[in-house]
Amino acid sequence: MARSSDPARSTPPGSTPGTLLSPADVARVVDRMAHQLIERYARAGGVGDDDVDPGGGRGDGTAGLSDLVLVGIPTRGAPLARRLAARIEAFTGVAVDVGTADITLYRDDLRLRGVRALEPTVLPDGGIDDRLVVLVDDVLFSGRSVRAALDALRDLGRPRSVQLAVLVDRGHRELPIRADFVGKNVPTSRAQQVRVHLTEVDGVDEVLVTEEGNR
Amino acid sequence: MKRHLLEAADLDRDDATLVLDTAAQIDQALAGREVKKLPTLRGRTVVNLFYEDSTRTRISFELAAKRLSADVINFSAKGSSVSKGESLKDTALTLEAMGADGVVVRHSASGAPHRLAHWVRGSVVNAGDGTHEHPTQALLDAYTIRQRLGRLDGVRVTIVGDVLHSRVARSNVGLLHTLGAQVTLVAPPTLLPVGVGSWPAEVGYDLDAALPKSDVVMMLRVQAERMNASFFPSAREYSRRYGLDARRMAALPDEAIVMHPGPMNRGMEIAAEVADSVRSTIVEQVANGVSTRMAVLYLLLGGSPQ
Amino acid sequence: MTTYLIKGARPLGGAPADILVTDGRIAAIGDSLDATGAEVVQAAGLVALPGLVDLHTHLREPGREDAETVQTGSRAAALGGFTAVHAMANTDPVADTAGVVEQVWRLGQEAGLVDVVPVGAVTVGLAGERLAELGAMADSAARVRVFSDDGHCVADPALMRRALEYVKAFDGVIAQHAEEPRLTAGAQMHEGDRSARLGLTGWPAAAEEAIIARDVLLAEHVGARLHVCHVSTAGSVEILRWAKSRGVRVTAEVTPHHLLLTDACAESYDPVFKVNPPLRTDADVEALRAGLADGTIDAVGTDHAPHAVEDKESEWAQARPGMLGLEQALSVVIETMVEPGRLDWAGVADRMSVRPAQIGRLADHGRPIAPGEPANLVLVDPTARAAVDPAALASRSRNSPYAGRELPGRVVATFLRGTATVLDGKATR
Repeated sequence: MARSSDPARSTPPGSTPGTLLSPADVARVVDRMAHQLIERYARAGGVGDDDVDPGGGRGDGTAGLSDLVLVGIPTRGAPLARRLAARIEAFTGVAVDVGTADITLYRDDLRLRGVRALEPTVLPDGGIDDRLVVLVDDVLFSGRSVRAALDALRDLGRPRSVQLAVLVDRGHRELPIRADFVGKNVPTSRAQQVRVHLTEVDGVDEVLVTEEGNR
Repeated sequence: MKRHLLEAADLDRDDATLVLDTAAQIDQALAGREVKKLPTLRGRTVVNLFYEDSTRTRISFELAAKRLSADVINFSAKGSSVSKGESLKDTALTLEAMGADGVVVRHSASGAPHRLAHWVRGSVVNAGDGTHEHPTQALLDAYTIRQRLGRLDGVRVTIVGDVLHSRVARSNVGLLHTLGAQVTLVAPPTLLPVGVGSWPAEVGYDLDAALPKSDVVMMLRVQAERMNASFFPSAREYSRRYGLDARRMAALPDEAIVMHPGPMNRGMEIAAEVADSVRSTIVEQVANGVSTRMAVLYLLLGGSPQ
Repeated sequence: MTTYLIKGARPLGGAPADILVTDGRIAAIGDSLDATGAEVVQAAGLVALPGLVDLHTHLREPGREDAETVQTGSRAAALGGFTAVHAMANTDPVADTAGVVEQVWRLGQEAGLVDVVPVGAVTVGLAGERLAELGAMADSAARVRVFSDDGHCVADPALMRRALEYVKAFDGVIAQHAEEPRLTAGAQMHEGDRSARLGLTGWPAAAEEAIIARDVLLAEHVGARLHVCHVSTAGSVEILRWAKSRGVRVTAEVTPHHLLLTDACAESYDPVFKVNPPLRTDADVEALRAGLADGTIDAVGTDHAPHAVEDKESEWAQARPGMLGLEQALSVVIETMVEPGRLDWAGVADRMSVRPAQIGRLADHGRPIAPGEPANLVLVDPTARAAVDPAALASRSRNSPYAGRELPGRVVATFLRGTATVLDGKATR
């Protein structure tokens, strides 16, 4: 699969110190992830040869995409999911459903992190039952956000399958969770901080690595 | 947010807006779901400490806590050590020893939640104290207004009735002012406290004059027994001068809504046809009470113990 | 009996002098007195005042010895610089008979720290229905001259009139707790902006003023002596000023707490600030200070009201009203009256000793600091400042509204008829 020859691995460091991805890099990575998603889902909606048979057997090459729902995890997973959907539509002409699932109320580390404002949970009309859900987040780190998101999804419906797409995988997992689609793998130390900025939220597209320690 | 919610003044505009926004997100997240339960407060203990009968408020808080997966203990004055003369302080120390993360307290004495907050480490939520405040009622009222009218800033709210004895009125005046609404109080002068002039509200005695300038009319419960203490001559005269009937409702602007914190005295402060009209938000208020209280419990108990 | 030589004290804040105390009296006052065998009390920088007299103390014995006893209250009084206190009648049983007032008087004698002067109840059981045996109490060993239903108002105007008239026979005085009961049903705090916001039932100023107005007219009509307890409002001061200008034989007291604290204290809902009459507004405090300064208010009366912990650590509405006062009264007067220049030391002596002694008809107290006079004296360091620690008080109760507050003035020594009841700031027994 494309992941094994991930070109983002070889992306040179950005012009500013600590810059991992420049605006142009972010656009490129998003495009590539969109292609990966198309590649995975456009053929018979497949979730992989070993996985559940998506059924359907639609012959138009995009049938699986119509079952796909990109569910972004706020804050930055939400615009990322919308961007991926927009690029998929640009490449295939198929409008992919997008949703958001706020996971704050599902976190198991509220005591450590403190409360924060909730963000919308919005699902496509008809919900996610029997759909092919791809959770979208900006950074994959401990895996706790993804665990919370899986718990949230369980309360929201029963998808046929769930996969995970992240812009950056920085390692240091604390749970048995892996991403199915990775924009960029970034080996980091725990002390480092990876910050994803997106225009919709932060006014600029970039990914930074800083040495400020854990959040 | 402060650690406790004792009165409307504990919330500044940002805090109050955060509570309303959180309640809205919770409502949205739970809308249409079969399982209306979130794991947020799993492992936390919420004690409902009710020294005064109030089934509706207790149930609302209980449901809110349970939907957030908290363990809920109902501790009512009747049938407990409280009725055997145990002091509020001793009860507080008992709850403290049991490790209550939150205490929701209803008490007939104004200020009892303030005292309680001195004696427990958990968060105290005032569920109505004497004739002082009932802040979560004000929050759910504000939430209902915003839901119906789309805004709070500049909304003209007229609160009618027994302001003197009303904790609902005190909390609403404070909170609605904080959120930018313009509050007018209308009541017979006997049912307005001396000192009401220092409140951030207009005060009047004439309901008919106030109605055409009201986006919201909030009717307060008036106990007929008040006439025994000469607060007004008779229930009939009260109803005639300060009750909201269909004729008066017709004087309201088209979009105006009618609210009541419940329980209602139909035929006293509010006519049945008004309570059951499309302007009435009384049923929504009850539903909104649960999500608003979920928001409060989440924001007070969800974070770190500090 | 020990002879004391008090070195370098300033009588009424005047020039330093030595005071020789012997055989219960002031033997001599002068420069560099020498008395061999006398115990020397170094008093440089200390102000000497006549021993303070309180017209309004609750000693709680008999009945609530868990809150205070004559013994503990006497010690608190001595430490506050008092040599005489009037013990209010609302004990259990009520001090409405010669037997009870004599019991209290005897307990005071046994404690031996201050003269405990019992106040007799005006009506049987403080019930406000019929007169107690006022004459029997006056003729008893306790020689009662001040009668009061304090805690309750003598609300019935006809009964009040009769009481005022009746005590004329033995030069008694009715000390009225001025509170129209129908206007204060369920009242919790001063009625105003704060009560409206706090949702606590209001105690209107008019409920006090209406009774004072009524009673000064009655006192004028029957030519009797009236004393008004714990005046708390600006309007009351105005009525008293008017009555005195007409020659009515009315006197009045103000408590230390009404000179210092306001209804803002209620915002904490801490019942330590619950008191009757309630703490009032800044404007009332100012009027009370002005009234005490110009003599419209004759005296400071502490209304020292000890309460057991369980009666105060509760909801506001459930708590009993009242606060401690004996040990901080002089400090509060220094803070509110002396330091701002509204009362000099002679004025303090007048309002806290001379006039209360006259009102109570106590011959031995409130006397000048002069040779031959009874040696009832207090030495106070006016500059010492300290934060009040309720746990360190001599009272059996802890309900001080001044906890943590820094106040000026330290009582260094108190003498009751030549016997030191306090030395070096410590009670001698």
